[in-house]
Amino acid sequence: MKELLRRYGLTLTISFIVIVAFWLLVLVILPYVYLFEASFRLYLPIDQVNGPNDVYTLSNYSTFFVTPIHRWVFLLTIVYSSAVAAISFVVAYPLAYYLSKVATNKIVPTLFLIIMIPLWVSEILRSFAWFIILSLKGPLNFALVGLGIIEEPIRWISGFQSVIIGLVYTYVLFMLFPLYNAIQSLDTNQIEAAGDLGAPWWKIHWRVILPHAKPGIASGSVMVFMLSAGSILVPSLLGSTNSRWFTEIIQQWMFESQDWNTGSAYAFLLLLLCTGFVSLVMRLFRVSLSDIAR
Amino acid sequence: MISKTSRIILNVYVAAFLIYLLAPLIIMGGAAFNDSRFPSVYPWVGWTDRWFLDLFRDTRMWNAFKNTILVALAVVAISVPIGTAAAILVNSLQGRVRTVLYGMMVAPILTPGAVIGISTLLFWHHFSVPSGLHLSTLGQCSYISAFVMLLVLARLQSFDRGLEEAALDLGASYSQVLRRILLPHLYPAIGAGAAIAFFQSIENFNTTLFTRGPYDTLTVYVFSRVRSGITPTINALALIMIAVTLLAAISYEIYRRRREKVLLAHGNGDPDSD
Repeated sequence: MKELLRRYGLTLTISFIVIVAFWLLVLVILPYVYLFEASFRLYLPIDQVNGPNDVYTLSNYSTFFVTPIHRWVFLLTIVYSSAVAAISFVVAYPLAYYLSKVATNKIVPTLFLIIMIPLWVSEILRSFAWFIILSLKGPLNFALVGLGIIEEPIRWISGFQSVIIGLVYTYVLFMLFPLYNAIQSLDTNQIEAAGDLGAPWWKIHWRVILPHAKPGIASGSVMVFMLSAGSILVPSLLGSTNSRWFTEIIQQWMFESQDWNTGSAYAFLLLLLCTGFVSLVMRLFRVSLSDIAR
Repeated sequence: MISKTSRIILNVYVAAFLIYLLAPLIIMGGAAFNDSRFPSVYPWVGWTDRWFLDLFRDTRMWNAFKNTILVALAVVAISVPIGTAAAILVNSLQGRVRTVLYGMMVAPILTPGAVIGISTLLFWHHFSVPSGLHLSTLGQCSYISAFVMLLVLARLQSFDRGLEEAALDLGASYSQVLRRILLPHLYPAIGAGAAIAFFQSIENFNTTLFTRGPYDTLTVYVFSRVRSGITPTINALALIMIAVTLLAAISYEIYRRRREKVLLAHGNGDPDSD
Protein backbone atom coordinates (compact mmCIF):
# COMPACT_ATOMS: atom_id res chain seq x y z
CA MET A 1 0.00 0.00 0.00
CA LYS A 2 2.83 2.38 0.92
CA GLU A 3 4.46 1.32 -2.30
CA LEU A 4 1.37 2.33 -4.26
CA LEU A 5 1.27 5.76 -2.58
CA ARG A 6 4.92 6.39 -3.30
CA ARG A 7 4.57 5.56 -6.98
CA TYR A 8 1.21 6.96 -7.96
CA GLY A 9 0.37 9.52 -5.26
CA LEU A 10 -2.74 9.87 -3.16
CA THR A 11 -5.34 10.63 -5.85
CA LEU A 12 -4.49 7.70 -8.09
CA THR A 13 -4.14 5.29 -5.17
CA ILE A 14 -7.56 6.27 -3.90
CA SER A 15 -9.08 5.88 -7.36
CA PHE A 16 -7.58 2.39 -7.69
CA ILE A 17 -9.02 1.42 -4.35
CA VAL A 18 -12.42 2.92 -5.11
CA ILE A 19 -12.65 1.12 -8.45
CA VAL A 20 -11.64 -2.22 -6.96
CA ALA A 21 -13.96 -1.71 -3.98
CA PHE A 22 -16.83 -1.01 -6.37
CA TRP A 23 -16.10 -4.25 -8.19
CA LEU A 24 -15.68 -6.47 -5.17
CA LEU A 25 -18.43 -4.96 -3.04
CA VAL A 26 -21.15 -3.88 -5.44
CA LEU A 27 -20.66 -6.48 -8.16
CA VAL A 28 -19.45 -9.50 -6.20
CA ILE A 29 -19.83 -9.63 -2.43
CA LEU A 30 -23.05 -7.72 -1.75
CA PRO A 31 -25.02 -9.59 -4.43
CA TYR A 32 -23.91 -12.85 -2.79
CA VAL A 33 -24.97 -11.52 0.61
CA TYR A 34 -28.40 -10.61 -0.75
CA LEU A 35 -28.70 -14.01 -2.41
CA PHE A 36 -27.91 -15.62 0.91
CA GLU A 37 -30.35 -13.42 2.77
CA ALA A 38 -33.18 -13.91 0.27
CA SER A 39 -32.76 -17.66 0.44
CA PHE A 40 -33.93 -17.59 4.08
CA ARG A 41 -37.05 -15.57 3.42
CA LEU A 42 -40.43 -16.68 2.22
CA TYR A 43 -41.92 -15.98 -1.14
CA LEU A 44 -44.84 -13.72 -0.24
CA PRO A 45 -47.39 -11.61 -2.08
CA ILE A 46 -46.07 -8.07 -2.46
CA ASP A 47 -48.34 -6.58 0.25
CA GLN A 48 -47.02 -9.00 2.85
CA VAL A 49 -43.34 -8.24 2.27
CA ASN A 50 -41.86 -6.75 5.47
CA GLY A 51 -45.09 -7.69 7.22
CA PRO A 52 -45.47 -10.09 10.18
CA ASN A 53 -45.23 -13.13 7.91
CA ASP A 54 -41.88 -12.01 6.46
CA VAL A 55 -39.63 -13.98 8.78
CA TYR A 56 -36.35 -15.80 8.40
CA THR A 57 -36.90 -19.50 7.91
CA LEU A 58 -35.16 -22.59 6.63
CA SER A 59 -38.21 -23.68 4.69
CA ASN A 60 -36.66 -22.98 1.26
CA TYR A 61 -33.83 -25.34 2.07
CA SER A 62 -36.11 -27.93 3.61
CA THR A 63 -38.08 -27.90 0.33
CA PHE A 64 -34.92 -29.22 -1.26
CA PHE A 65 -34.38 -31.89 1.34
CA VAL A 66 -37.97 -33.18 1.36
CA THR A 67 -38.28 -33.32 -2.43
CA PRO A 68 -36.63 -36.61 -3.45
CA ILE A 69 -36.52 -35.72 -7.13
CA HIS A 70 -34.58 -32.50 -6.42
CA ARG A 71 -32.06 -34.32 -4.23
CA TRP A 72 -31.72 -36.98 -6.90
CA VAL A 73 -31.16 -34.43 -9.69
CA PHE A 74 -28.61 -32.65 -7.50
CA LEU A 75 -26.75 -35.91 -6.97
CA LEU A 76 -26.88 -36.82 -10.66
CA THR A 77 -25.57 -33.38 -11.58
CA ILE A 78 -22.57 -33.97 -9.29
CA VAL A 79 -21.94 -37.47 -10.62
CA TYR A 80 -22.23 -36.56 -14.28
CA SER A 81 -20.24 -33.33 -13.96
CA SER A 82 -17.44 -35.32 -12.34
CA ALA A 83 -17.71 -37.84 -15.16
CA VAL A 84 -17.44 -35.04 -17.71
CA ALA A 85 -14.31 -33.75 -15.95
CA ALA A 86 -12.78 -37.23 -15.93
CA ILE A 87 -13.59 -37.92 -19.59
CA SER A 88 -12.22 -34.50 -20.57
CA PHE A 89 -8.98 -35.33 -18.79
CA VAL A 90 -8.63 -38.66 -20.59
CA VAL A 91 -9.34 -37.03 -23.94
CA ALA A 92 -7.14 -33.98 -23.39
CA TYR A 93 -4.10 -35.56 -21.78
CA PRO A 94 -2.55 -37.20 -24.88
CA LEU A 95 -3.10 -34.00 -26.81
CA ALA A 96 -1.56 -31.83 -24.10
CA TYR A 97 1.42 -34.16 -24.01
CA TYR A 98 1.73 -34.06 -27.79
CA LEU A 99 1.54 -30.27 -27.95
CA SER A 100 4.06 -29.68 -25.21
CA LYS A 101 6.61 -32.46 -25.70
CA VAL A 102 6.25 -34.13 -29.12
CA ALA A 103 5.15 -31.55 -31.69
CA THR A 104 7.83 -29.42 -33.30
CA ASN A 105 7.92 -25.76 -32.37
CA LYS A 106 6.92 -24.76 -35.88
CA ILE A 107 3.59 -26.52 -35.91
CA VAL A 108 2.42 -25.71 -32.38
CA PRO A 109 1.11 -22.15 -33.01
CA THR A 110 -0.87 -23.37 -36.04
CA LEU A 111 -2.30 -26.29 -34.07
CA PHE A 112 -3.29 -23.93 -31.30
CA LEU A 113 -4.98 -21.64 -33.75
CA ILE A 114 -7.07 -24.55 -35.03
CA ILE A 115 -7.84 -25.83 -31.55
CA MET A 116 -8.92 -22.35 -30.44
CA ILE A 117 -11.57 -22.08 -33.16
CA PRO A 118 -14.40 -23.79 -31.24
CA LEU A 119 -13.56 -21.65 -28.24
CA TRP A 120 -14.39 -18.53 -30.24
CA VAL A 121 -17.71 -20.03 -31.26
CA SER A 122 -20.28 -19.48 -28.56
CA GLU A 123 -21.40 -22.29 -26.30
CA ILE A 124 -24.93 -22.23 -27.62
CA LEU A 125 -23.83 -22.79 -31.19
CA ARG A 126 -21.54 -25.62 -30.14
CA SER A 127 -24.36 -27.41 -28.38
CA PHE A 128 -26.67 -26.62 -31.28
CA ALA A 129 -24.18 -28.30 -33.62
CA TRP A 130 -24.42 -31.48 -31.57
CA PHE A 131 -28.18 -31.14 -31.44
CA ILE A 132 -28.17 -31.39 -35.22
CA ILE A 133 -25.67 -34.23 -35.35
CA LEU A 134 -27.39 -36.35 -32.73
CA SER A 135 -30.99 -35.76 -33.73
CA LEU A 136 -33.04 -38.69 -34.94
CA LYS A 137 -33.01 -37.50 -38.56
CA GLY A 138 -29.52 -36.06 -38.20
CA PRO A 139 -26.37 -36.76 -40.20
CA LEU A 140 -24.95 -39.25 -37.71
CA ASN A 141 -27.92 -41.60 -37.95
CA PHE A 142 -28.09 -41.19 -41.73
CA ALA A 143 -24.42 -41.97 -42.07
CA LEU A 144 -24.54 -44.98 -39.75
CA VAL A 145 -27.62 -46.42 -41.44
CA GLY A 146 -26.17 -45.65 -44.86
CA LEU A 147 -22.95 -47.45 -44.01
CA GLY A 148 -24.95 -50.40 -42.78
CA ILE A 149 -23.55 -50.19 -39.26
CA ILE A 150 -26.97 -49.88 -37.71
CA GLU A 151 -30.36 -50.82 -39.11
CA GLU A 152 -32.63 -48.38 -37.33
CA PRO A 153 -31.80 -44.76 -36.43
CA ILE A 154 -30.73 -44.51 -32.79
CA ARG A 155 -32.37 -42.03 -30.46
CA TRP A 156 -29.14 -40.41 -29.27
CA ILE A 157 -30.82 -37.57 -27.46
CA SER A 158 -32.21 -39.51 -24.54
CA GLY A 159 -30.95 -39.90 -21.01
CA PHE A 160 -27.66 -38.34 -20.05
CA GLN A 161 -25.50 -39.65 -22.88
CA SER A 162 -26.16 -36.72 -25.21
CA VAL A 163 -25.71 -34.24 -22.35
CA ILE A 164 -22.32 -35.77 -21.55
CA ILE A 165 -21.28 -35.77 -25.21
CA GLY A 166 -22.23 -32.11 -25.48
CA LEU A 167 -20.57 -31.08 -22.21
CA VAL A 168 -17.30 -32.84 -23.05
CA TYR A 169 -17.21 -31.21 -26.46
CA THR A 170 -18.02 -27.78 -25.03
CA TYR A 171 -15.57 -27.82 -22.12
CA VAL A 172 -12.71 -30.17 -23.06
CA LEU A 173 -10.53 -27.20 -24.02
CA PHE A 174 -10.75 -25.86 -20.48
CA MET A 175 -8.97 -29.05 -19.50
CA LEU A 176 -6.50 -28.96 -22.37
CA PHE A 177 -4.97 -25.54 -21.78
CA PRO A 178 -4.09 -25.87 -18.08
CA LEU A 179 -2.76 -29.38 -18.74
CA TYR A 180 -0.63 -28.07 -21.60
CA ASN A 181 0.75 -25.27 -19.43
CA ALA A 182 1.63 -27.71 -16.67
CA ILE A 183 3.34 -30.30 -18.88
CA GLN A 184 5.07 -27.55 -20.83
CA SER A 185 6.90 -26.42 -17.71
CA LEU A 186 8.36 -29.90 -17.14
CA ASP A 187 12.01 -30.15 -18.14
CA THR A 188 12.18 -32.55 -21.10
CA ASN A 189 15.50 -33.85 -19.73
CA GLN A 190 13.59 -35.44 -16.86
CA ILE A 191 11.51 -37.47 -19.29
CA GLU A 192 14.60 -38.49 -21.22
CA ALA A 193 16.46 -39.38 -18.06
CA ALA A 194 13.59 -41.62 -16.97
CA GLY A 195 13.63 -43.28 -20.37
CA ASP A 196 17.43 -43.72 -20.34
CA LEU A 197 17.19 -45.33 -16.94
CA GLY A 198 14.87 -47.93 -18.40
CA ALA A 199 11.43 -46.76 -17.33
CA PRO A 200 8.68 -48.03 -19.64
CA TRP A 201 6.53 -45.34 -21.27
CA TRP A 202 3.54 -45.77 -18.99
CA LYS A 203 5.76 -45.45 -15.95
CA ILE A 204 7.26 -42.23 -17.29
CA HIS A 205 3.76 -40.81 -17.57
CA TRP A 206 2.64 -42.18 -14.20
CA ARG A 207 5.68 -41.24 -12.13
CA VAL A 208 7.19 -38.23 -13.92
CA ILE A 209 4.72 -36.34 -16.09
CA LEU A 210 1.44 -36.82 -14.20
CA PRO A 211 2.81 -35.70 -10.81
CA HIS A 212 4.25 -32.63 -12.47
CA ALA A 213 0.95 -31.92 -14.22
CA LYS A 214 -0.99 -31.90 -10.94
CA PRO A 215 -1.75 -28.17 -10.87
CA GLY A 216 -2.97 -28.42 -14.45
CA ILE A 217 -5.21 -31.38 -13.67
CA ALA A 218 -6.61 -29.56 -10.64
CA SER A 219 -7.26 -26.37 -12.57
CA GLY A 220 -8.82 -28.20 -15.51
CA SER A 221 -11.04 -30.38 -13.33
CA VAL A 222 -12.32 -27.40 -11.37
CA MET A 223 -13.13 -25.43 -14.50
CA VAL A 224 -14.80 -28.33 -16.31
CA PHE A 225 -16.77 -29.42 -13.25
CA MET A 226 -17.94 -25.91 -12.44
CA LEU A 227 -18.92 -25.11 -16.02
CA SER A 228 -20.71 -28.46 -16.43
CA ALA A 229 -22.62 -28.28 -13.17
CA GLY A 230 -23.62 -24.70 -13.93
CA SER A 231 -24.42 -25.28 -17.58
CA ILE A 232 -27.91 -24.37 -18.71
CA LEU A 233 -27.59 -24.53 -22.47
CA VAL A 234 -26.24 -28.03 -22.97
CA PRO A 235 -28.72 -29.84 -20.69
CA SER A 236 -31.69 -27.98 -22.08
CA LEU A 237 -30.70 -28.44 -25.72
CA LEU A 238 -29.32 -31.96 -25.55
CA GLY A 239 -31.24 -33.28 -22.57
CA SER A 240 -34.59 -34.98 -22.58
CA THR A 241 -37.34 -35.48 -20.03
CA ASN A 242 -35.39 -38.23 -18.31
CA SER A 243 -32.22 -36.18 -17.88
CA ARG A 244 -32.87 -33.20 -15.67
CA TRP A 245 -30.02 -30.95 -14.58
CA PHE A 246 -29.93 -28.96 -11.35
CA THR A 247 -29.79 -25.63 -13.18
CA GLU A 248 -33.08 -26.52 -14.85
CA ILE A 249 -34.74 -26.80 -11.46
CA ILE A 250 -33.32 -23.40 -10.49
CA GLN A 251 -34.75 -21.99 -13.70
CA GLN A 252 -38.14 -23.49 -12.87
CA TRP A 253 -38.23 -21.71 -9.52
CA MET A 254 -37.10 -18.44 -11.02
CA PHE A 255 -39.24 -18.31 -14.16
CA GLU A 256 -42.15 -20.73 -13.90
CA SER A 257 -42.96 -20.45 -10.19
CA GLN A 258 -41.58 -16.89 -9.99
CA ASP A 259 -40.41 -17.89 -6.52
CA TRP A 260 -37.10 -16.06 -6.33
CA ASN A 261 -36.54 -17.00 -2.71
CA THR A 262 -36.56 -20.74 -3.21
CA GLY A 263 -34.68 -20.11 -6.44
CA SER A 264 -31.94 -18.31 -4.55
CA ALA A 265 -31.77 -21.11 -1.97
CA TYR A 266 -31.20 -23.58 -4.79
CA ALA A 267 -28.69 -21.25 -6.45
CA PHE A 268 -26.88 -21.02 -3.14
CA LEU A 269 -26.73 -24.82 -2.97
CA LEU A 270 -25.15 -24.83 -6.43
CA LEU A 271 -22.64 -22.23 -5.25
CA LEU A 272 -21.87 -24.34 -2.17
CA LEU A 273 -21.36 -27.37 -4.38
CA CYS A 274 -18.87 -25.58 -6.60
CA THR A 275 -17.02 -24.02 -3.67
CA GLY A 276 -16.90 -27.44 -2.04
CA PHE A 277 -15.52 -29.00 -5.18
CA VAL A 278 -12.84 -26.31 -5.53
CA SER A 279 -11.65 -26.74 -1.94
CA LEU A 280 -11.75 -30.54 -2.24
CA VAL A 281 -9.58 -30.45 -5.36
CA MET A 282 -7.22 -27.91 -3.80
CA ARG A 283 -6.76 -30.19 -0.80
CA LEU A 284 -6.54 -33.38 -2.85
CA PHE A 285 -3.93 -32.01 -5.24
CA ARG A 286 -2.27 -29.75 -2.67
CA VAL A 287 -2.42 -26.68 -4.89
CA SER A 288 -3.33 -23.06 -4.13
CA LEU A 289 -6.00 -20.88 -5.67
CA SER A 290 -3.45 -19.00 -7.76
CA ASP A 291 -2.48 -22.31 -9.37
CA ILE A 292 -6.08 -22.98 -10.31
CA ALA A 293 -7.17 -19.62 -11.67
CA ARG A 294 -4.66 -18.75 -14.31
CA MET B 1 13.00 -40.09 -26.95
CA ILE B 2 9.72 -41.36 -28.31
CA SER B 3 9.35 -44.46 -30.45
CA LYS B 4 8.15 -44.33 -34.02
CA THR B 5 4.96 -46.30 -33.43
CA SER B 6 3.84 -44.18 -30.54
CA ARG B 7 4.58 -41.06 -32.57
CA ILE B 8 2.31 -42.36 -35.32
CA ILE B 9 -0.43 -43.26 -32.84
CA LEU B 10 -0.19 -39.78 -31.30
CA ASN B 11 -0.35 -38.12 -34.71
CA VAL B 12 -3.44 -40.10 -35.62
CA TYR B 13 -4.99 -39.19 -32.28
CA VAL B 14 -4.28 -35.49 -32.77
CA ALA B 15 -5.77 -35.59 -36.27
CA ALA B 16 -8.86 -37.36 -34.92
CA PHE B 17 -9.18 -34.77 -32.17
CA LEU B 18 -8.99 -31.89 -34.64
CA ILE B 19 -11.69 -33.52 -36.76
CA TYR B 20 -13.77 -34.00 -33.63
CA LEU B 21 -13.40 -30.32 -32.80
CA LEU B 22 -14.14 -28.97 -36.24
CA ALA B 23 -16.57 -31.41 -37.88
CA PRO B 24 -19.60 -30.28 -35.81
CA LEU B 25 -18.94 -26.68 -36.79
CA ILE B 26 -18.59 -27.59 -40.46
CA ILE B 27 -21.80 -29.63 -40.38
CA MET B 28 -23.61 -26.78 -38.67
CA GLY B 29 -22.29 -24.25 -41.20
CA GLY B 30 -23.00 -26.47 -44.18
CA ALA B 31 -26.59 -26.98 -43.11
CA ALA B 32 -27.16 -23.25 -43.64
CA PHE B 33 -27.05 -23.84 -47.40
CA ASN B 34 -29.14 -26.99 -47.49
CA ASP B 35 -32.67 -26.53 -48.79
CA SER B 36 -34.32 -28.71 -46.15
CA ARG B 37 -36.59 -27.70 -43.32
CA PHE B 38 -34.55 -29.59 -40.78
CA PRO B 39 -30.98 -28.31 -40.44
CA SER B 40 -28.73 -31.10 -41.68
CA VAL B 41 -26.11 -31.64 -44.35
CA TYR B 42 -27.09 -35.20 -45.11
CA PRO B 43 -29.18 -35.96 -47.12
CA TRP B 44 -28.37 -32.94 -49.27
CA VAL B 45 -31.58 -31.57 -50.77
CA GLY B 46 -30.27 -28.65 -52.75
CA TRP B 47 -28.34 -25.42 -52.55
CA THR B 48 -30.22 -22.40 -51.21
CA ASP B 49 -29.63 -18.98 -49.79
CA ARG B 50 -33.13 -18.56 -48.40
CA TRP B 51 -32.10 -19.16 -44.78
CA PHE B 52 -29.80 -16.16 -45.01
CA LEU B 53 -32.58 -14.05 -46.52
CA ASP B 54 -34.94 -15.22 -43.75
CA LEU B 55 -32.36 -14.24 -41.21
CA PHE B 56 -31.85 -10.74 -42.60
CA ARG B 57 -35.58 -10.15 -42.61
CA ASP B 58 -35.90 -11.11 -38.95
CA THR B 59 -36.23 -7.86 -37.03
CA ARG B 60 -36.02 -9.65 -33.70
CA MET B 61 -32.57 -10.92 -34.67
CA TRP B 62 -31.37 -7.42 -35.57
CA ASN B 63 -32.67 -6.11 -32.29
CA ALA B 64 -30.89 -8.87 -30.38
CA PHE B 65 -27.73 -8.19 -32.38
CA LYS B 66 -27.83 -4.49 -31.47
CA ASN B 67 -28.38 -5.33 -27.78
CA THR B 68 -25.50 -7.81 -27.79
CA ILE B 69 -23.06 -5.29 -29.22
CA LEU B 70 -24.20 -2.56 -26.82
CA VAL B 71 -23.79 -4.83 -23.79
CA ALA B 72 -20.41 -6.07 -25.02
CA LEU B 73 -19.12 -2.50 -25.47
CA ALA B 74 -20.39 -1.52 -22.03
CA VAL B 75 -18.74 -4.58 -20.49
CA VAL B 76 -15.42 -3.67 -22.12
CA ALA B 77 -15.74 -0.07 -20.93
CA ILE B 78 -16.37 -1.16 -17.33
CA SER B 79 -14.32 -4.31 -16.90
CA VAL B 80 -11.08 -3.12 -18.48
CA PRO B 81 -10.51 -0.23 -16.03
CA ILE B 82 -11.62 -2.44 -13.12
CA GLY B 83 -9.34 -5.30 -14.13
CA THR B 84 -6.37 -3.01 -14.69
CA ALA B 85 -6.79 -1.17 -11.39
CA ALA B 86 -7.25 -4.48 -9.58
CA ALA B 87 -4.07 -5.92 -11.10
CA ILE B 88 -2.03 -2.85 -10.13
CA LEU B 89 -3.45 -2.98 -6.61
CA VAL B 90 -2.85 -6.70 -6.10
CA ASN B 91 0.63 -6.43 -7.55
CA SER B 92 1.64 -3.86 -4.94
CA LEU B 93 0.47 -6.00 -2.04
CA GLN B 94 2.20 -8.85 -0.29
CA GLY B 95 1.41 -11.65 2.09
CA ARG B 96 -1.99 -12.45 3.50
CA VAL B 97 -3.83 -9.37 2.26
CA ARG B 98 -2.75 -10.20 -1.26
CA THR B 99 -3.91 -13.82 -0.98
CA VAL B 100 -7.32 -12.84 0.38
CA LEU B 101 -7.87 -10.07 -2.15
CA TYR B 102 -6.70 -12.27 -4.99
CA GLY B 103 -9.06 -15.02 -3.84
CA MET B 104 -11.98 -12.62 -3.80
CA MET B 105 -11.12 -11.42 -7.27
CA VAL B 106 -10.89 -14.84 -8.92
CA ALA B 107 -13.92 -16.24 -7.05
CA PRO B 108 -16.40 -14.96 -9.68
CA ILE B 109 -14.59 -17.02 -12.35
CA LEU B 110 -15.23 -20.14 -10.30
CA THR B 111 -18.89 -19.27 -9.71
CA PRO B 112 -21.61 -20.63 -12.00
CA GLY B 113 -23.08 -17.96 -14.25
CA ALA B 114 -26.58 -18.73 -13.02
CA VAL B 115 -25.57 -17.86 -9.46
CA ILE B 116 -24.01 -14.58 -10.58
CA GLY B 117 -27.14 -13.77 -12.57
CA ILE B 118 -29.58 -14.53 -9.77
CA SER B 119 -27.57 -12.72 -7.11
CA THR B 120 -27.21 -9.64 -9.32
CA LEU B 121 -30.93 -9.69 -9.98
CA LEU B 122 -31.80 -9.95 -6.28
CA PHE B 123 -29.32 -7.30 -5.19
CA TRP B 124 -30.59 -4.65 -7.56
CA HIS B 125 -34.18 -5.69 -7.07
CA HIS B 126 -33.69 -4.73 -3.44
CA PHE B 127 -33.03 -1.16 -4.60
CA SER B 128 -36.01 -1.33 -6.96
CA VAL B 129 -33.83 -1.47 -10.04
CA PRO B 130 -35.77 -3.52 -12.61
CA SER B 131 -34.05 -6.27 -14.58
CA GLY B 132 -32.74 -5.43 -18.01
CA LEU B 133 -29.59 -5.22 -20.06
CA HIS B 134 -27.94 -2.87 -17.55
CA LEU B 135 -28.06 -5.67 -14.98
CA SER B 136 -26.75 -8.14 -17.54
CA THR B 137 -23.83 -5.77 -18.10
CA LEU B 138 -23.06 -5.52 -14.38
CA GLY B 139 -23.42 -9.26 -13.86
CA GLN B 140 -21.06 -10.02 -16.71
CA CYS B 141 -18.56 -7.42 -15.49
CA SER B 142 -18.34 -9.13 -12.11
CA TYR B 143 -16.47 -12.10 -13.59
CA ILE B 144 -15.09 -10.68 -16.84
CA SER B 145 -13.13 -8.09 -14.82
CA ALA B 146 -11.32 -11.04 -13.26
CA PHE B 147 -10.11 -12.22 -16.69
CA VAL B 148 -8.75 -8.76 -17.44
CA MET B 149 -7.13 -8.65 -13.99
CA LEU B 150 -5.34 -11.97 -14.59
CA LEU B 151 -4.03 -10.88 -17.99
CA VAL B 152 -2.78 -7.52 -16.75
CA LEU B 153 -1.29 -9.08 -13.63
CA ALA B 154 0.71 -11.51 -15.79
CA ARG B 155 2.01 -8.63 -17.86
CA LEU B 156 2.96 -6.67 -14.72
CA GLN B 157 5.43 -9.42 -13.79
CA SER B 158 7.69 -8.35 -16.65
CA PHE B 159 7.53 -4.66 -15.72
CA ASP B 160 10.72 -2.98 -14.60
CA ARG B 161 9.73 -0.91 -11.57
CA GLY B 162 12.98 1.00 -11.88
CA LEU B 163 11.48 2.89 -14.80
CA GLU B 164 8.84 4.39 -12.54
CA GLU B 165 11.47 5.34 -9.97
CA ALA B 166 13.56 6.98 -12.66
CA ALA B 167 10.61 8.94 -14.00
CA LEU B 168 9.67 10.12 -10.50
CA ASP B 169 13.28 11.12 -9.75
CA LEU B 170 13.39 13.09 -12.98
CA GLY B 171 10.34 15.07 -11.85
CA ALA B 172 7.45 13.33 -13.58
CA SER B 173 4.06 13.76 -11.94
CA TYR B 174 2.17 10.73 -10.65
CA SER B 175 -0.31 10.75 -13.49
CA GLN B 176 2.55 11.04 -15.98
CA VAL B 177 4.15 7.95 -14.51
CA LEU B 178 0.88 6.11 -14.96
CA ARG B 179 0.14 7.35 -18.45
CA ARG B 180 3.62 7.42 -19.91
CA ILE B 181 5.43 4.58 -18.17
CA LEU B 182 3.09 1.96 -16.73
CA LEU B 183 0.10 1.97 -19.08
CA PRO B 184 2.15 1.76 -22.31
CA HIS B 185 3.83 -1.34 -20.92
CA LEU B 186 0.42 -2.82 -20.12
CA TYR B 187 -1.28 -1.97 -23.43
CA PRO B 188 -0.83 -5.43 -25.01
CA ALA B 189 -2.45 -7.06 -21.98
CA ILE B 190 -5.16 -4.40 -21.82
CA GLY B 191 -5.88 -4.91 -25.52
CA ALA B 192 -6.07 -8.67 -25.10
CA GLY B 193 -8.27 -8.14 -22.04
CA ALA B 194 -10.62 -5.90 -24.00
CA ALA B 195 -10.89 -8.50 -26.78
CA ILE B 196 -11.58 -11.29 -24.32
CA ALA B 197 -14.11 -9.17 -22.46
CA PHE B 198 -15.89 -8.39 -25.70
CA PHE B 199 -16.11 -12.02 -26.81
CA GLN B 200 -16.97 -13.31 -23.35
CA SER B 201 -19.82 -10.86 -23.20
CA ILE B 202 -21.16 -11.86 -26.62
CA GLU B 203 -21.00 -15.51 -25.63
CA ASN B 204 -22.56 -15.10 -22.24
CA PHE B 205 -25.84 -16.83 -21.67
CA ASN B 206 -26.20 -17.98 -18.07
CA THR B 207 -25.81 -14.61 -16.38
CA THR B 208 -27.79 -12.82 -19.08
CA LEU B 209 -30.71 -15.24 -18.90
CA PHE B 210 -31.58 -14.26 -15.33
CA THR B 211 -30.91 -10.54 -15.56
CA ARG B 212 -32.08 -9.58 -19.05
CA GLY B 213 -35.71 -8.84 -18.21
CA PRO B 214 -37.71 -8.61 -21.45
CA TYR B 215 -34.70 -7.91 -23.68
CA ASP B 216 -33.01 -10.28 -26.10
CA THR B 217 -29.36 -10.82 -26.75
CA LEU B 218 -28.09 -13.00 -29.57
CA THR B 219 -27.51 -16.05 -27.38
CA VAL B 220 -30.96 -15.73 -25.82
CA TYR B 221 -32.45 -15.25 -29.28
CA VAL B 222 -30.76 -18.39 -30.61
CA PHE B 223 -31.83 -20.31 -27.51
CA SER B 224 -35.49 -19.40 -27.86
CA ARG B 225 -35.40 -20.10 -31.61
CA VAL B 226 -33.90 -23.53 -31.06
CA ARG B 227 -36.57 -24.37 -28.51
CA SER B 228 -39.50 -23.14 -30.59
CA GLY B 229 -39.11 -25.19 -33.74
CA ILE B 230 -35.74 -24.90 -35.36
CA THR B 231 -35.12 -23.83 -38.93
CA PRO B 232 -31.74 -23.48 -40.65
CA THR B 233 -31.81 -19.69 -40.15
CA ILE B 234 -29.97 -20.41 -36.91
CA ASN B 235 -27.32 -22.19 -38.97
CA ALA B 236 -27.04 -19.17 -41.23
CA LEU B 237 -26.48 -16.99 -38.16
CA ALA B 238 -24.00 -19.51 -36.77
CA LEU B 239 -22.04 -19.55 -40.02
CA ILE B 240 -21.82 -15.76 -40.07
CA MET B 241 -20.69 -15.65 -36.43
CA ILE B 242 -18.07 -18.35 -37.01
CA ALA B 243 -16.80 -16.58 -40.13
CA VAL B 244 -16.48 -13.25 -38.33
CA THR B 245 -14.69 -14.70 -35.31
CA LEU B 246 -12.41 -16.76 -37.55
CA LEU B 247 -11.45 -13.70 -39.56
CA ALA B 248 -10.72 -11.82 -36.34
CA ALA B 249 -8.66 -14.70 -34.94
CA ILE B 250 -6.67 -15.20 -38.15
CA SER B 251 -5.92 -11.52 -38.65
CA TYR B 252 -4.79 -11.31 -35.04
CA GLU B 253 -2.51 -14.29 -35.61
CA ILE B 254 -1.05 -12.77 -38.78
CA TYR B 255 -0.48 -9.51 -36.95
CA ARG B 256 1.19 -11.36 -34.08
CA ARG B 257 3.52 -13.31 -36.37
CA ARG B 258 4.46 -10.23 -38.34
CA ARG B 259 5.23 -8.42 -35.11
CA GLU B 260 7.36 -11.31 -33.96
CA LYS B 261 9.33 -11.14 -37.18
CA VAL B 262 9.80 -7.40 -36.87
CA LEU B 263 11.00 -7.82 -33.30
CA LEU B 264 13.35 -10.58 -34.42
CA ALA B 265 14.72 -8.42 -37.23
CA HIS B 266 15.28 -5.42 -34.96
CA GLY B 267 16.68 -7.45 -32.13
CA ASN B 268 19.79 -9.54 -32.36
CA GLY B 269 18.06 -12.44 -34.08
CA ASP B 270 20.45 -14.30 -36.36
CA PRO B 271 20.07 -13.40 -40.04
CA ASP B 272 19.69 -17.04 -41.10
CA SER B 273 16.34 -17.49 -39.42
CA ASP B 274 13.30 -16.90 -41.59
